[in-house]
Amino acid sequence: MSANLDAMYQEIILDHYKHPHNAGLREPFEAEVHHVNPTCGDEVTLRVHLDGSGPDATIADVSYDALGCSISQASVSVLTDLLIGKPVKDAMSVHEEFQSLMQGRGKIEPDEDVLEDGIAFAGVAKFPARVKCALLGWMAWKDATSQVVGAGNAAAEEKA
Amino acid sequence: MTRQLPGLLEGLDLIRQDFPILERTMEDGYPLVYLDSANTSQKPQVVIDTMVDHLERHNANVARAVHQLGAESSEAFEEGRTKVAAFIGAPEREEVVFTKNASEALNLVANTLAWKGPLQVGPGDEVLITEMEHHSNIVPWQLLTERTGATLKWFGLTDDGRLDLSNIDELINERTKVVSLTWVSNMLGTINPVQEIAAKAHAVGAVVVVDASQAVPQMPVDVVASGADFLAFTGHKVVGPTGIGVLWGRRDMLEQLPPFLGGGEMIRTVTMEKSTYADIPSRFEAGTPPIVEAVGLGAAVEYLGHVGMENIRAHEEAITRYMLDGLKNVGGVKVLGPADAGDRGGAVSFELDQVHPHDVAQLLDSRGIAVRAGHHCCKPAHKRFGVQASARASSYLYTTPEEIDAFIEGLEYTKKYFRVD
Repeated sequence: MSANLDAMYQEIILDHYKHPHNAGLREPFEAEVHHVNPTCGDEVTLRVHLDGSGPDATIADVSYDALGCSISQASVSVLTDLLIGKPVKDAMSVHEEFQSLMQGRGKIEPDEDVLEDGIAFAGVAKFPARVKCALLGWMAWKDATSQVVGAGNAAAEEKA
Repeated sequence: MTRQLPGLLEGLDLIRQDFPILERTMEDGYPLVYLDSANTSQKPQVVIDTMVDHLERHNANVARAVHQLGAESSEAFEEGRTKVAAFIGAPEREEVVFTKNASEALNLVANTLAWKGPLQVGPGDEVLITEMEHHSNIVPWQLLTERTGATLKWFGLTDDGRLDLSNIDELINERTKVVSLTWVSNMLGTINPVQEIAAKAHAVGAVVVVDASQAVPQMPVDVVASGADFLAFTGHKVVGPTGIGVLWGRRDMLEQLPPFLGGGEMIRTVTMEKSTYADIPSRFEAGTPPIVEAVGLGAAVEYLGHVGMENIRAHEEAITRYMLDGLKNVGGVKVLGPADAGDRGGAVSFELDQVHPHDVAQLLDSRGIAVRAGHHCCKPAHKRFGVQASARASSYLYTTPEEIDAFIEGLEYTKKYFRVD
């Protein structure tokens, strides 16, 4: 267990927990969401700012205010490092990669080229009760980003 | 050999042997330290055996079959009711209604009070609860007041986690139709003065509902002396099985409630146009009831009765005092709720500075120590104290001082792991 425990609480995770990156809510933003983990009460308010529109838009900023455990806090911090500056469609595939890692029950080998610091969460996947913690910020980001992209598409359709 | 503390149960080692799960070794060879009994209690062998025996030898549906097994099953099921009634001092066994859990028991009352009948709640009426309720004693009353146009009110809390009764005469007034409160808080541990509040409520003609989910496991409960009109608790917290809860109600009160769920067994006669209803308790027990669960619950309360609820209360108080003392010596720990073990049940919620409760629970679990982390279904009470979540250690009749020592050491280990300065 303590080996598993150390696998979950990697140094990277504890570092992000103690010193979260890109924390705080910032302007400008096109969408803001508030996600809650109802079983434990962890919360995140997350804003997304995109540069450009449509599939070629890039993630200009992800800002957040989060309350929760080390796993949920570190996870959203890693997310901002990974996704800010990426085109939306690349960011979506990173999201997919992270989600399948977390839902893989510890049997998936993470791709460090795609997930960078995110591979530190591989050990969390062995603890079913904590997977939701790790995914809280990621689900919030996907929700917010989809809202912006969706709104953009709707506006484009209206114009057409 | 167990360390001696004043009030500790005599023969604690023997009592522990009644609970087979306490023998379990967890990962890395740690013995199980189960400190989550306010969530659910562990089961003694006698409960397990009684349920297995019923399923192996007496299983049949109740109250429908003329065959021998049907008679045996019905008898065992009804004996469960008799034992529960005796355990809580119910004047009549028919006043004990079996439900799915305590939540369903509370919902039964809150739902039927919305419907036509002598106790019906309507616009202008007030329902009074408290800020320390479990969600299951908040949400049903929110639904009731939303559906009926009544107003929901609540007692606030003092900084040390007690009910703020300073405005009781304002809160309990001639518009108050229902007062529903917890006897023992599952988060703060606080024991509330239910008798005193019930007396005030009755003075204005209000119905008194008591959530005794944490009280019935912890201390002697006499439903009549409590002053409650309705009282709810759940089987699995009194060393019984899940899947069964209890609503006790005074006969004259239960008889004033309209039926809750419709179906088999709750009727007297059915025509295509209309039905008439059975007497209590069947009127509130539609469909096949939790039969083996009732049999198990009967064995459970009988077991607790043999140990003695006065003794269990003294044990809980001794262990809780020992835990509170231990927590005082862990730097960065803040306990929520009353500081004196005499004023509280065996659930102790706390914060550990710089470590989130989930992480506390995870680290303790890595040493075989089971505690709960989160909001314990008490979000409003957490908000009241400016706390998002907490960790909770809760003891029961099988908890030893050595387990509390392991828990306190586990917290020191947690601090070291998270490099708390």
